[in-house]
Amino acid sequence: MTSLIARAKELLENKTVQVVIGYEAGPTGLARPAFITDPAKAESLIYDDRCVQNLAVYLTKREVKNIGKMAIVATLPVMRSIMMLISEQQLFADNIVVLGISDDGKLLDIADNKVMQGYIEKSDLSNPAKYKGLLAELNKLSPEEKFLYWQKELSKCIKCYACRQACPMCYCTRCTVEVNQPQWIPVKANTHGNMEWHILRAMHLAGRCISCGECGRACPVGIPCHLLTMQLTDQVYNYFKVYAGTSEKMSSVLSTYEPNDKESFII
Amino acid sequence: METIRKLIRKQSLEKLYNNLSTTRKVYAPVIASDKQVEYKYNPAFTDVTFDHIRSTLSVKNVVFPKVENLFYYTNKQTESTITDIDLNKIQEVVLWGAHPCDNAAFDTLRSIFCWDITDEFFAKRLEKLVVIGLSCHLSDEYCFCTSVGLAPNSTKGSDILLSRLKNGDYHADILTEKGNAIVSASPELFESVTNEEAEITSVKQKFNHEQVTAKLSGAFENPFWVANSLRCIGCGACTYVCPTCACFDIQDEARGKEGKRYRSWDSCGFGLFTLHTSGHNPRNVQSQRWRQRIMHKFSYMPERNNSLGCVGCGRCSSGCPVDMNIAEQLEALQNI
Amino acid sequence: MSDSIYKPYLMEIEQIVEETPDVRTYRLKFKNAEEAEKFSFKAGQFGEYSVLGEGESTFCVASSPTRQGYIECTFRKAGRVTNALANLELGDTVGFRGPYGNTFPIEEWEGKNLLYIAGGIALPPMRCVIWNTIDLREKYKDITIVYGARSVADLVYKHELKEWEDRPDIKLITTVDPGGQTPDWKGEIGFVPMVLEKAAPSSENTVAILCGPPVMIKFTMPVLKKLGFKDKDIYTTLENRMKCGFGKCGRCNVGKVFVCKDGPVFSYEQILTLPEEY
Repeated sequence: MTSLIARAKELLENKTVQVVIGYEAGPTGLARPAFITDPAKAESLIYDDRCVQNLAVYLTKREVKNIGKMAIVATLPVMRSIMMLISEQQLFADNIVVLGISDDGKLLDIADNKVMQGYIEKSDLSNPAKYKGLLAELNKLSPEEKFLYWQKELSKCIKCYACRQACPMCYCTRCTVEVNQPQWIPVKANTHGNMEWHILRAMHLAGRCISCGECGRACPVGIPCHLLTMQLTDQVYNYFKVYAGTSEKMSSVLSTYEPNDKESFII
Repeated sequence: METIRKLIRKQSLEKLYNNLSTTRKVYAPVIASDKQVEYKYNPAFTDVTFDHIRSTLSVKNVVFPKVENLFYYTNKQTESTITDIDLNKIQEVVLWGAHPCDNAAFDTLRSIFCWDITDEFFAKRLEKLVVIGLSCHLSDEYCFCTSVGLAPNSTKGSDILLSRLKNGDYHADILTEKGNAIVSASPELFESVTNEEAEITSVKQKFNHEQVTAKLSGAFENPFWVANSLRCIGCGACTYVCPTCACFDIQDEARGKEGKRYRSWDSCGFGLFTLHTSGHNPRNVQSQRWRQRIMHKFSYMPERNNSLGCVGCGRCSSGCPVDMNIAEQLEALQNI
Repeated sequence: MSDSIYKPYLMEIEQIVEETPDVRTYRLKFKNAEEAEKFSFKAGQFGEYSVLGEGESTFCVASSPTRQGYIECTFRKAGRVTNALANLELGDTVGFRGPYGNTFPIEEWEGKNLLYIAGGIALPPMRCVIWNTIDLREKYKDITIVYGARSVADLVYKHELKEWEDRPDIKLITTVDPGGQTPDWKGEIGFVPMVLEKAAPSSENTVAILCGPPVMIKFTMPVLKKLGFKDKDIYTTLENRMKCGFGKCGRCNVGKVFVCKDGPVFSYEQILTLPEEY
């Protein structure tokens, strides 16, 4: 991916940024996040099918932010995450340089966030095709069958919180589960508590999830928890006709009230 | 007890399994619907897999369950009472088909739970555990048992160790009195050995753990830690899948005036692990927590408890969402 | 079957002292007389105090082992368990697991002068050893106590400070931070390190025992070194997040040391060998 490498090198040499967040190949052949600070090391940046992780999760990480201004290799989900983080005031808009990557793996020319917004708005923002089938299958089940399905899956959960840690939108310095006055969710990993945790997380992400699927991919025991958040993404779109991460000034879908909101369920 | 080697034919192995499975709890590996390997209690023999490299979760929960009740209590008006858990109710479990790395981990766990004062919850479960281990005829790039003083056919921690032969029969190495008791219960299933050689995979040694321990004692301030942990997202996946990780949390759960105190798995990778109520956190960035993981396993435990905190199973690396490959890091540490 | 190591003794609150608006001292007695008989501890050790249903919290045993029949603990309302503890009344039940940890080596200090330095809520971990050595007064030479808090209201053990002040065989210097004094305050005004430097106690044949918030320790250490104290003659107690209290849960691990087993009492010489993760 020579144009990406050249651009990264340029940004580092000009000291426009102090770190480029991208992907490199590990010794087992898997792609993994790379943090390039030395222009000479920019050669190790790759981009191919193996690069699926949502790198935006590092934009709110203290040790990465402390390096300095950041450039980030950004596929569509990463771009949307960046928009969400800016609208939720976790990122300054001009503190990062976006190295956009198109769906077919080409380096895009994203000069500023307005251009990024334009690119996002032209893209398909619904849940990725590979998950639509699974969601449709699950939605065919009756409520009892759905409950049993999730009870079985979530009994495997060990509460490692990989789902939370991998999600760029879970940036709270103190998560709800880390509060003990009161202890909202049991600390231990029993099925009931696990269900409470995952439902809570899905609700905290409703209207904010950009469907990258990282939560499910990160899970070490293979729970498809990304289906929960993606289901809510569909529901939010059905009610509010809004997809997350499309501009720098998104208002929060579930806590913004407009005078012309539907009130048919009250009145 | 001197090791006795016997031959057990494939059909006899099935009979042995069924004998055990009808009379007690047998924890054996099966392939789940999503192709992951997990351990279940008393699956049918035909479901038991002998070809797995590693299960997703380790088998430590037979001796260190992910949730363990410590006692029950009631808070009445003038009187509070505590009801102990009756550890005599713990049943015997036969662990079937776990690999040498997993079985060696029981010794490491014992060096934590039985050090100085004995944790009866752990000790009782270990006492009631019989391990019928399975040597490895398969391995992959994540395995590194040979770098931590073990091998694909180590006997450490097993009561009987099975090794597969080319024709599908097995050698059974009877290692302990517990193993001997199993054989004595069904002696007709065990025969004299032939000259067949067992199929044992080879695991390339990636580093020398003694050298790593020596290097680590001076490596606390080394910039290696920050550089190599930037991608760590701070979840507990590596800790929870690890067969030797044993850090735990103690919590109370109340329901009105009654409740219980339990312990559950915890991880030094979480920011909350060392957070003081005052707000001070001795390890408040991820690089410090990553350093703690490696130092604790490869430097502090060997120096303090004379035991290495790793068995080279590779679960942490294969389960990590961001490819924090522990063997790769240790190889690099050996060379700093 | 032996008692589980996780099972607490059940104690009853015998006396409550409100030291400051958010600090309490509880005197606890064993509900079970047999357990009281068998129980003993040494100065420096700590325990896990619990409210059944809320959780456990780690405090030192603040009373001296020379006083039998009860143990005392002093705590500040800070989190879930301490707030629940503060809501209890006389006669209520408190769980206690212990004693854990190592002890102040008071036998080694016999024949020496003792210099106790404490700040704010850090006086409780020292109170046990202060009373222990005072109760065995003839074994030690001069005893000097330097104690400071943010304001007069924040001083703990006010009643005992008076007792110590009145004794001719103890030299007590109390201080409050500038601005923390009341009109009738007769003690020093200034931070503990400065007050210590002004008092300039001799380091000859003296052991210094120092306990306080990290910032106080950071500025007091240089003063002690300036006065000539050697690393091995300075003792302190370390605090770290603890749960089990006996080196199994992993939380308080610092270097190859567990604060709950190898501490909480450490000499400064030992502290210098530890990584700064506490």
